[in-house]
Amino acid sequence: MSAAAVAPTRDQGRFRRSFDKNWYAWVMVVPTVLVLGVLVLYPLFQGIYQSFTNLNEGNKQEVICTKTLGGGEDCRDNPKKSQFVGVDNYVDLLTGTRGSFWLQFTNTIVWTVSCVFFHFTIGLGLAVMLNRRFKGRAFYRVLLIVPWAVPAFVSAFAWKFLFNPSFGLINTMLSGVGIDPVAWFDYRWTSMFTAIVTNVWLGVPFMMVAILGGLQSIPHDLYEAAEIDGASPWQRFRNITMPGLRPVSSTVILLGTIWTFNMFPIIFFVTGGQPAGQTEILVTGAYRAAFEGLRNYSLAATYGVLILSMLMVYAAAYRRVLRAQGEVF
Amino acid sequence: MTEMLPAQSLDRAAPEETSPTFSPEPPKPRRERSTGASIALHATLIGATIIALFPVVWVFLSSLKPRNSIQTSEITFLDNPTLENYRRVLFDTSFPTWFLNSVIVALFTMAIGIAMSATAGYALSRFNFPGKRGLMWVFLITQMFPVAILIVPIYTIMSRLGLIDTKASLIIAYCTVAVPFCAWMLRGYFDTIPKELDEAAALDGVGPFGTFWRVILPLARPGLAVTAFYTFLTAWGEVAYAIAFLQTEETLTLGAGLQQFVPRFNPQWDLLTAGSILIMLPAAIVFFFTQKHLVGGLTAGGTKG
Repeated sequence: MSAAAVAPTRDQGRFRRSFDKNWYAWVMVVPTVLVLGVLVLYPLFQGIYQSFTNLNEGNKQEVICTKTLGGGEDCRDNPKKSQFVGVDNYVDLLTGTRGSFWLQFTNTIVWTVSCVFFHFTIGLGLAVMLNRRFKGRAFYRVLLIVPWAVPAFVSAFAWKFLFNPSFGLINTMLSGVGIDPVAWFDYRWTSMFTAIVTNVWLGVPFMMVAILGGLQSIPHDLYEAAEIDGASPWQRFRNITMPGLRPVSSTVILLGTIWTFNMFPIIFFVTGGQPAGQTEILVTGAYRAAFEGLRNYSLAATYGVLILSMLMVYAAAYRRVLRAQGEVF
Repeated sequence: MTEMLPAQSLDRAAPEETSPTFSPEPPKPRRERSTGASIALHATLIGATIIALFPVVWVFLSSLKPRNSIQTSEITFLDNPTLENYRRVLFDTSFPTWFLNSVIVALFTMAIGIAMSATAGYALSRFNFPGKRGLMWVFLITQMFPVAILIVPIYTIMSRLGLIDTKASLIIAYCTVAVPFCAWMLRGYFDTIPKELDEAAALDGVGPFGTFWRVILPLARPGLAVTAFYTFLTAWGEVAYAIAFLQTEETLTLGAGLQQFVPRFNPQWDLLTAGSILIMLPAAIVFFFTQKHLVGGLTAGGTKG
């Protein structure tokens, strides 16, 4: 470091030097911080506050203004304006008085675990294959990334089309091999299955690309050394590939879990909650509370706070496990 | 003084930070594979490729079918191919307007998103300023915020600013979604560019902004390509904010507009299939230009997480 070579003798000089650097850094960070502060942190606190009120479409106005004869306006406090109701929303939601939180919670867990599991295992399998040298490797890689470039709502429509019970290709093929067509959206778990298939299709390329990058950063000498020592392919995979992938895989699994947990369009468009709301996950449940029927903003905010707390607990626990295994995240 | 960096030092640095993807030779094979293993490898990959492409291909084939033969239960790949569905989507619906709106929103999100995340990522990578660690955490935690908790307060803010039903509201909202992840990823990428380059530029009298603009950004092209791809797709495929914020027919983006082809009980598959194909085209173009950088660009970000 050149700075060390001309190390300042006085503290003041060092302080000024650091201030100069910080000044530039802050100028570069400030736009992002401002936008995030105004549009993420402030709404977050407002949302947390709303979850303790009974705010909905009918009582959101704080004042009611009426035009008076003189052309002026007469504003009075809205007598029915939203009030602070303490933890009522939480109690209602968790005891099932309003909405069906626990059904949606179970669905969310099934949905997240199965999606992330298949994303990761399929992504890993494909990445390991693509990391070998053979003809046509680049070609396969491009084609396998294609689903990533398809917007989520478009792939949702595409798969809903394929799974259509009366004329969808999948049922047609099933009856072609002598299996009865399935009324996919009439049962909770077949309906869930269609959404999971769609999301796995959509999410594998991201995992594959991330893991492929991770594989390529593993020094090749390790494999050669292991081979000289007579390690079998499986041993090489277990003892070199998997540990080498740790930094990448721990990050993508954490992010993947968070993203899948909050994945909105797939469930919303593929199953639409069919049959009768039995395949809603928490995010879509919250959305329906906020924007369908009588818009219940406070209930949606309550959902949001619960989702956020679960994810934070998960992330903290995940980080702790990684740290216990000697991984600094 | 005006002479910036010796071109040589840039050249020397470049191969170091290019990811192994671009190296002409993939890892040396340990042993030649047997023919059987080779066949199994190709068979698996071909199978995976078919699954990856098939839904898109099938939607495309269906979009060429006349309206009444899309919904048959017979498998026919081509059935009186016609462009009638495309003609109807393009001339009988508001699809072109929605399309244009989406292009504008996505391009602005991409430009603003890249600018914000590149500067923030660079500052996080190079400078040790107070609050840096906290900021990194905020970036990660924002990934956890469900749309559900933010959407109502953001809606309120936007309506106070008079931005409801405008493209600006969506661009701002999408930037908040995409920037934290991109800044995080780009920081990892900038970390792989040797610091000596910054120092050399500083010795030549180039200020921090000049260094960033003329030295670092050109070297970070793969990382920026991933950012472009990611921000574009975030804006192009988003639905929840679009449905909530946009209200009039002329301002809708594709995600919100396409809802009109899906009435609850009778989806208009002829319009949906043709529309879907048209929606995929711009994404495919962006993908085409960025795909060769995807592996290298994402890696650095992932490993340095």
